[in-house]
Amino acid sequence: MFQLSIVTPEKVIFDGEVVSLLVPGMEGYLGILSNHAPLITALQPGRIEFQDDQDKIQVFSVSGGFVEVSGNKATLLADTAEHCEEIDIDRAQTALQRALKALQDKDKAGEVCGPEEKEAAKRAANRVRIYKETH
Amino acid sequence: MATLRDVKKRIKTVVSTRRITSAMEMVAASKLRRAQQKIEQTRPYSQKMDEMLQHLAAGSSGDISHPYFAQREPKKKTLVLVTSDRGLCGSFNSNVIRRAVNWLREEGLPEVEIVTVGKKGNDLLKSRQWEIINNYSDWGGQLIYGKARDLVDFLTQRFVAGETDSIHLIYTQFISTVKYKIVVEPYLPLTRPKSGEKAGMRSQYIFEPTPESIYESLMPGYALTKMVTVLVDSFAAEHGSRMIAMGNATSNAGEMVDDLTLLYNKTRQAQITKELLEVISGADALK
Repeated sequence: MFQLSIVTPEKVIFDGEVVSLLVPGMEGYLGILSNHAPLITALQPGRIEFQDDQDKIQVFSVSGGFVEVSGNKATLLADTAEHCEEIDIDRAQTALQRALKALQDKDKAGEVCGPEEKEAAKRAANRVRIYKETH
Repeated sequence: MATLRDVKKRIKTVVSTRRITSAMEMVAASKLRRAQQKIEQTRPYSQKMDEMLQHLAAGSSGDISHPYFAQREPKKKTLVLVTSDRGLCGSFNSNVIRRAVNWLREEGLPEVEIVTVGKKGNDLLKSRQWEIINNYSDWGGQLIYGKARDLVDFLTQRFVAGETDSIHLIYTQFISTVKYKIVVEPYLPLTRPKSGEKAGMRSQYIFEPTPESIYESLMPGYALTKMVTVLVDSFAAEHGSRMIAMGNATSNAGEMVDDLTLLYNKTRQAQITKELLEVISGADALK
């Protein structure tokens, strides 16, 4: 087991011992078990999954951030993170629709879509997907 | 000599003022509690981020270059002045503004520009000789992430584009409910974390994808976190100052009511005595 803390700018989401951790790294999902080699990676929008000390699997959605692993301790700095039970599905759906519409409008107008719009769509789609996977 | 009616009227106004100030004290106290919670909540994130940055610098070989670290000859400086949107908070705004004016005088005139946070700073410096290039107000006494991000984006873009060479912050740091400190702090360029200062810290980190790209995505967040800690401190200090100022006003009003009540009673008694005297002397005259 190893120590995991998940913090966002707004609050500490989780702090405790876990058995395993799965995070969406920039280069793809990676699993972390105890005594992992020191590692720092950026995250992309995706699913955080860990097995807590009661062997329960907990799923969170994350919209980006960083993970540092060193000395049997993992620190996850998330931009935003929500437990799968706490995702506001209506809000996520409307955000996704809005983001997709913005992308389409720009496409029609012949403009190049900036990374911001694409990121927003990705984040919203991620929330919706994780909600659907866990409900 | 004031008449009875005048004194009564004054007591009434003071009592209603006291009611308002004590209500404002209560509101400020509850907002202060929330602001203190916010400080507690944001602290772990900024601490962890500092740690991560340190490890990143220690673990990566050689010096990292990022536009936010760019040290330039400071020809043009920017000052970010953090004040409150509303008044009635004692000397909170005047202290920080006085400090800012002193700083601006020392730095010399033409090369300094100002960005104000909060209405008060903007109102009070508008008529001065310095140029205010942007103002972020209407926070409603609490942190709004979107707004903080706008502010940071504006500052960092200006810095990276070379329109300013250094950015300083002046704000009120919250130490305890009764203790505040006005702080002048460099914001950009950021101080470079020391790379591999201690041999023991130089562990072999795996970086995914590369240290440079992690820096690239970490730095904007770091700049934002730094600004957020400054803003939450200032908001807590604002509510604390307001609570104290309103508490003082309430107790002053209480004293005033006591004094006025005394005056009212004295005046009343004097009047009764006068009337008695008149009755008696009238009766005497009839004898």
